[in-house]
Amino acid sequence: MQMEFSVQGMDFNRAGEAAAQIKKALQLVGMHVDTVRRAVIVAYEAELNIVIHARQGRLAAYIHPDRVEIEAVDEGPGIPDISQAMREGYSTAPDHIRKMGFGAGMGLPNIKKSASHMQLTSEVNVGTRLTAIINNQTSGD
Amino acid sequence: MREGQAIIIEERCIDCGECIRICPNRAKLAITDPLEKLADYQYNIALPAPSLYAQFGPDVLPGNILSALLKIGFDEVYEVAVGAVAVSNHLRRYIEHRPRPQPVISSACPAVVRLMQVRFPGLLEHIAPIETPMEVSARLAREKARQEHGLADKAIGIFFITPCPAKVTAVKQPFGKRSYVDGAFSMSDIYGAILQRLSDAADDSRNSLSPALGVGWGKTGGENHAIKEHALLAVDGIHNVINVLEEIERGELADIDYVEAQACTGGCIGGPLTPQNLFVARVRMEKLLKKLADCRQPLPDFPSDPDYYRLPGPIPPRPTLQLSDDINQAITMLEEVEHITAQLPGLDCGSCGSPNCRALAEDIVRGYAENSYCVFKLRERLQLLASEIVDLAHKQPPAMGKHVK
Repeated sequence: MQMEFSVQGMDFNRAGEAAAQIKKALQLVGMHVDTVRRAVIVAYEAELNIVIHARQGRLAAYIHPDRVEIEAVDEGPGIPDISQAMREGYSTAPDHIRKMGFGAGMGLPNIKKSASHMQLTSEVNVGTRLTAIINNQTSGD
Repeated sequence: MREGQAIIIEERCIDCGECIRICPNRAKLAITDPLEKLADYQYNIALPAPSLYAQFGPDVLPGNILSALLKIGFDEVYEVAVGAVAVSNHLRRYIEHRPRPQPVISSACPAVVRLMQVRFPGLLEHIAPIETPMEVSARLAREKARQEHGLADKAIGIFFITPCPAKVTAVKQPFGKRSYVDGAFSMSDIYGAILQRLSDAADDSRNSLSPALGVGWGKTGGENHAIKEHALLAVDGIHNVINVLEEIERGELADIDYVEAQACTGGCIGGPLTPQNLFVARVRMEKLLKKLADCRQPLPDFPSDPDYYRLPGPIPPRPTLQLSDDINQAITMLEEVEHITAQLPGLDCGSCGSPNCRALAEDIVRGYAENSYCVFKLRERLQLLASEIVDLAHKQPPAMGKHVK
């Protein structure tokens, strides 16, 4: 099952709404509690990255019985050095964004920690594509 | 809404009391115990919630209230404010050990705990595994009564005077195997009885310990004030609590050590069963706390063993939101929900009986409702049927040879 959301850059009023809807859907489906937690972190951070850095983008969630796939594609500045961007605390968020409390430099590292697999590709001045897979544990603790 | 009545889906109810507050027809009430229940026990102990002290006029002190309670028929009064001090000390110690995950979330408000069981099961590990002041006070009171009067357990009746229905559920359906409390009287129910006896109740400040740090638990910020050290956050009002919990779920607020969360705006003084207006009660509470801070009475010795205060076990999740236990079926049902929602008007008018269009879509897929419940879909269908009837009316079978124009 597929859910798609368009995300507007710099729209802090709606930032997080897509992730919230994905969370509700995953709870309705009955995904394991920890799967929901990790998927929400991935979706939220990916959505915020589009809002903070890009002009616009699309966030999609693909829901399967054994996994959730989150895909974030945007039109924006792109990432010149991906390994640098993956470092905890490294942020290219502009000052006025950091004053709002965002852009702490933890988004991509948090996604990597929460997802079972993560793939990030980017082209400078074109945009960025992120895909992350969160595997669903079957019932257990 | 069904047949003109608002129905509550029990598995989803968290006892927040909003329905009691909001209904203009006062159709929802909380079921609490009648005062007649005192007759079931030989020795009755009253457990007044700290918020009770803020329900009366500016000159009424806790001592007056406790004396009035004795005149109503209780044999003894044990203030929950006293148990709250013991709990505050243990919370402080618990937080000091930097437990994970952070932040620690208070277990005091049963509506918040139930909210988390249903909607935030991933955060249940954050809840402090420490009993509420009500349970700790009840246990202390019961043990004291057994020791001092040699009474059997079932001869002792312990009654909490409650500002809210969530606490009643906590007594009737406790997390552990039992509650030390036998019943709960609504503050609004017992208010009149206390008022009647206040005028001739002597100011017995001797019989009231009323520690300020414990009494403060009746309003938002009180827990934090009693714990004092560490990074403490207080949030009240169920929607604000949901916002904070969502932030914690996303991994924010990791720099906070403890979150005090109350479902009711203002804290317990804002509970749905309190007789006094929240804002007036807040003033009374603040004035009282200033007075009490100046006259501190020595408190009894509390047990120092931390296990005395521990919750009997982990708090289980209550997964009620899922569409089906079979995940494949649940995904198909979810697609159906999205599909139906897209076809509904999106007006959220509530005429179908479900609170909004998305909820109706969910209800249809779960089998609680039908598409025809929607007034707008019904009229669309009628228009379709009407045009089919008009079509038929224009067609005469050729056997009769007549055509209607």
